[in-house]
Amino acid sequence: MAFDKTEVEKVAQLARLHVSDSEVEEVTVRITDILALIDQMQSVNTDAVLPLAHPLDLTQRLREDDVTETNRRDELQLLAPEVEGGLYLVPKVIE
Amino acid sequence: MIEKTVAQLSGSLNRGDISSVELTQAYLDRINRYNSTLNAFVTVCEETALTQAAQADAARADGRTSPLLGIPLAHKDIFCTSGIKTSCGSKMLHNFIAPYDATVVSRLSDAGAVMLGKTNMDEFAMGSSNETSYFGPVKNPWDTDRVPGGSSGGSAAAIAADLCAMATGTDTGGSIRQPAAFCGITGLKPSYGRISRWGMIAFASSLDQAGPICKSAEDAALMLNAMAGLDTKDSTCADVSVEDYTANLTNSVQGLRIGIPRQHFAEGLSPEVEQAVREALGVYEKLGAQLIDIDLPNNHLSVSAYYVVAPAEASANLSRFDGVRYGYRCDNPVDLEDMYKRSRSEGFGDEVKRRIMVGTYALSAGFYDAYYRKAQKIRRLIKQDFNAAFQQVDIIIGPTSPHTAFNLGAKTDPVAMYLEDIYTIAVNLAGLPGMSVPVGLANGLPIGMHLVASDFAESRLLNVAHQFQLNTDWHRLRATGFTEGR
Repeated sequence: MAFDKTEVEKVAQLARLHVSDSEVEEVTVRITDILALIDQMQSVNTDAVLPLAHPLDLTQRLREDDVTETNRRDELQLLAPEVEGGLYLVPKVIE
Repeated sequence: MIEKTVAQLSGSLNRGDISSVELTQAYLDRINRYNSTLNAFVTVCEETALTQAAQADAARADGRTSPLLGIPLAHKDIFCTSGIKTSCGSKMLHNFIAPYDATVVSRLSDAGAVMLGKTNMDEFAMGSSNETSYFGPVKNPWDTDRVPGGSSGGSAAAIAADLCAMATGTDTGGSIRQPAAFCGITGLKPSYGRISRWGMIAFASSLDQAGPICKSAEDAALMLNAMAGLDTKDSTCADVSVEDYTANLTNSVQGLRIGIPRQHFAEGLSPEVEQAVREALGVYEKLGAQLIDIDLPNNHLSVSAYYVVAPAEASANLSRFDGVRYGYRCDNPVDLEDMYKRSRSEGFGDEVKRRIMVGTYALSAGFYDAYYRKAQKIRRLIKQDFNAAFQQVDIIIGPTSPHTAFNLGAKTDPVAMYLEDIYTIAVNLAGLPGMSVPVGLANGLPIGMHLVASDFAESRLLNVAHQFQLNTDWHRLRATGFTEGR
């Protein structure tokens, strides 16, 4: 699978990253190399193998639906770049 | 005093040879003197440390005691610490102050440990040399032109230079074991789920695991006793009972079956590392263990599968950094899209962005079967290889890294860097416990031996490592220099 500049731009858009014109060439080369490493996986036939998503055979634990957290909104919002009246501010979305 | 193990320091504190305040001050003095050379700490919390030390001394005077009470500790800067900056080695979080303690932090604090500060690391734990940190690389105390390994390079260097008595690390593909090998110290990556991940900033959630970085296997057991166990705040934390990990340390290794994977002694392994590990195996043989050649036939695919699974999980985990609720936000965004993109592009370093891109690509429409599903199938094969091996042997031993610490700036090709973890990555994919202990020097640089046990067999792992350390002195060797206050 060829990974070219168009793919870089598409993936960067999906990942909400900006790749500048000066970077795009190097990013393409580096990711192509990484994909070549990854493609070594294709050397074995795994048709009969079940995927392993997680190292532990886990069943999700359940708990009573009790309130366990207190409201720390104001404290947590101290970490935000911009807040007003308990709301997170972002650039204008709707005209 | 400061070069002593946790076990020895605990004895000194109990006897009153030294107070925790004095011990803490001794480490703080060394950090002040040597951190500008090593760059091992990104935050030093002198005031907090001395307060905690005074509390430990008061508790001891009250007749209370426990193995970690009053022992100075460093936390990798991936663990959230309430009121103290947690940067994860990134510009994205360079001014982030967590509103709570990670479970690892609160458990060690409850056990009486004194927090000296936070250690440098590869950005978001993505790296094997500590060179991707936003705060600059850590230097290896054995040779400051060389890397300490990564991603827990700050913790490993701090232990090797006696800037703290014990430290925490995290290991997603080798990030505790490889720096432990490069810095000549002891590092343990427990089984997946043995220690809570709550409050530990996520990289790859099905692989990440916290563990101790310290001066001996006995110290690793003492730290694990405090760190391990069920935590309802982490739904993947295992509900498996916690043993006293010091209980079996003194067991004999007579009759122990040690598996030697042929694939870990093949092309690419430096002759000096091979010789040192084979000599260490000779020590076990003399102690009555049996060496058995085994195969891990799919080991060569572990790096490939890992570089799908880990970036895929990272791309999802790191989507939370959007410049809205916390973390870096770019200046003057023109619209929401611009704010997301520039905050992320300016806040993340190159390696983190590469992995987000690879992960996003692997999970994108049309590629799921070829990449993510394929990698999960390889993961099954790797786990089956280990299961088959543990039918035959009790423990698996090989080299931790193909060579000793390399020069800063020597590896600019990401793929070459990824292959650094060729012996350690499979262990994370399978969720097994693994450990690195020092077994020699080559040209003045430490060599690490890698031990792997079956699921939740940390007690066996620590026993086997401790028996080696009872019969050899490699773990007591220290880098020359850094002598002030030793």
